[in-house]
Amino acid sequence: MLKIENLHARVAGKEILKGLSLTVNAGEVHAIMGPNGAGKSTLGNVLSGRDGYEVTAGTVTYNGIDLLALEPEARAAAGVFLAFQYPVEIPGVNNTYFLRAAANAQRKARGEKELDSMQFLKLVREKLKVMQISDELLHRAVNEGFSGGEKKRNEIFQMAVLEPQLAILDETDSGLDIDALKQVAQGVNMLRSPERAFLMITHYQRLLDYVVPDFVHVLADGRIVESGDKSLALKLEEHGYRGIGESQPTGAHA
Amino acid sequence: MSEPASLPLVESLLGAPLPPSGIAWLDAARQESREAFAASGLPDTRVEAWKYTALRALGQRHFVSGDGEALSRAVDASAFALPGVDGPRLVFVNGVFRADLSRLDALPVGLTLQPWSQALRADAEPLRFALSRQYRERGDAFARVNAASACDGVSLRVAAQARIDSPVQLVFVGAAAGVDLAWHVRNLIALGEGAELTLIEQHVAVGEQAHLASVVSDIDLGEGARLHHTVLQAAAVGASLIRRSQLRLHARAHATLHLLELGASLARHDLHAELVGDDARLDTRGLFMPHGRQHIDTQLAIRHQALNTISSATWRGVASDRGRGVFRGAIMVAPGADGSDASLSNKNLLLSPSAEIDTKPELEIHADEVKAAHGATVGQLDERALFYLRSRGIPLGEARALLTAAFCRAVLDDLPNELLREHLSTLLLAHLPHT
Repeated sequence: MLKIENLHARVAGKEILKGLSLTVNAGEVHAIMGPNGAGKSTLGNVLSGRDGYEVTAGTVTYNGIDLLALEPEARAAAGVFLAFQYPVEIPGVNNTYFLRAAANAQRKARGEKELDSMQFLKLVREKLKVMQISDELLHRAVNEGFSGGEKKRNEIFQMAVLEPQLAILDETDSGLDIDALKQVAQGVNMLRSPERAFLMITHYQRLLDYVVPDFVHVLADGRIVESGDKSLALKLEEHGYRGIGESQPTGAHA
Repeated sequence: MSEPASLPLVESLLGAPLPPSGIAWLDAARQESREAFAASGLPDTRVEAWKYTALRALGQRHFVSGDGEALSRAVDASAFALPGVDGPRLVFVNGVFRADLSRLDALPVGLTLQPWSQALRADAEPLRFALSRQYRERGDAFARVNAASACDGVSLRVAAQARIDSPVQLVFVGAAAGVDLAWHVRNLIALGEGAELTLIEQHVAVGEQAHLASVVSDIDLGEGARLHHTVLQAAAVGASLIRRSQLRLHARAHATLHLLELGASLARHDLHAELVGDDARLDTRGLFMPHGRQHIDTQLAIRHQALNTISSATWRGVASDRGRGVFRGAIMVAPGADGSDASLSNKNLLLSPSAEIDTKPELEIHADEVKAAHGATVGQLDERALFYLRSRGIPLGEARALLTAAFCRAVLDDLPNELLREHLSTLLLAHLPHT
């Protein structure tokens, strides 16, 4: 589904990703771990098409197409979803309205029929039940005045409604207490399916207690330096990131 | 100063005959106003209040005074129909009252509504105070021209303690006439003690035209009176529309104004309010959206002159293309107006590199225990929010429109008439550039 090869990217003239390679297949959950400044968030931003991230070398192929050539909205329509580390507050834009605009824009781009408000409401109700989110959240402006936990849950809720093929979770666990973390993890687990892949970017191992990954990769200094199964995460928890960067970089595989 | 009489505009305004009213004091006041205009001419940009609005181009133009055929101009009622607004209505076309378009039958008890040309014919004396006060406050050049030339307008009175439930619609239509017209209207609106009124003022266009219109409104709120006033300015894109609204609020009177400035090539509105009675309150919410080559200028001047008076002003500007917006919000708390509370916020969005907005909040405080806050910003759409929307699949153009509409919405949020609010929101959306 996703094939990243030798990706180099710069932010504000500074090289952050230095030859990152990674392959993700449908149905897999990959965790990308690494110390601060390793390039974890840069990876998420490059994949979703944020301005200011300059790819200087390498390729990203998504379902056979050049992902980097697409505008952010086209990536979304193609099924790529980024759960933001810092979800943006948008005063004056109602959450439901926003979600329907997003869902319909994606459908339109894919040549599918747009949902009318009744159909959309039905979809939202189903997802609310699954996500255990109060519908009060829907009537508020997007993320405005939301607590940290509410913001992250709202990201997962959006993901549930938009049903992406590739979900990138950028430090979705950061700033959450244990209850909120469990809720978020439960949401993610509900959405796991053979057709969908997850890229979970995280600093800590604890999210992986609740969302068990198929693969764990260690990102250090802009490259993946070690890959393994979930036991790698436990090893990191025990020994920290120190020493990891010294081992030979391994081309990640899956 | 410019040579007043040398400008074609000034010549055409001064050259028009003054139609005699047959009322000596009125004709004298008109003559006096005309002379005052002849002496001053047009303001230039050295005058502070006109610093950002140059009248050079307008000054070079000729206008025909008044519309002799206004009564026969075809105007469809759909030009001013509004959802949620279905009450008494007074319509003027090119400054001339149109009974056929108005709705004055079965007026609610306590409401007097008619063109003052009629009121004047019946009994001039009750209008004398209002008209002569207006003439005395001659204001700037356009107010003088208006004072001299306006022969009609709204006369609206709400009796003390009367609550008028259905909104009253005041419609000013600029209609294509084959020539560029200059027309003038002045309105006299008074709410008695404890009276309540919802007023919808519309400036609309029928056909393409480049008229020059001036509209002066005098609004007086008696003690404890309550006014909801919504203004929709959607004049023709070629028209020049100069308005001046003078509000006076007596003790405990409360006025809430919502103003949408969408139309005209040159739109200027001077909104002057005096809070003369204790605990009077004025809330203004406004939005100006110059696009194309429109120039939209709002000059807000609020004077707190009594104890514990409150004013709040929430204004938004959105300029696109080569549009130019000007906003001046001057609040003065006079000596003795202790305990007053004044807040003003003007946020502006520039949607194109050639758009411009000049904003100037001014606060002058001469009293004690005053709460005052003001702020103005000019910026672009939030890139982070744009990316967030795009990352969810919303195309850039739509994302921009969505954020811009959200930015504007603060102005309409507290408009009580839900149908009207929805309609105006839709209107705003349609007015946004979709790029």
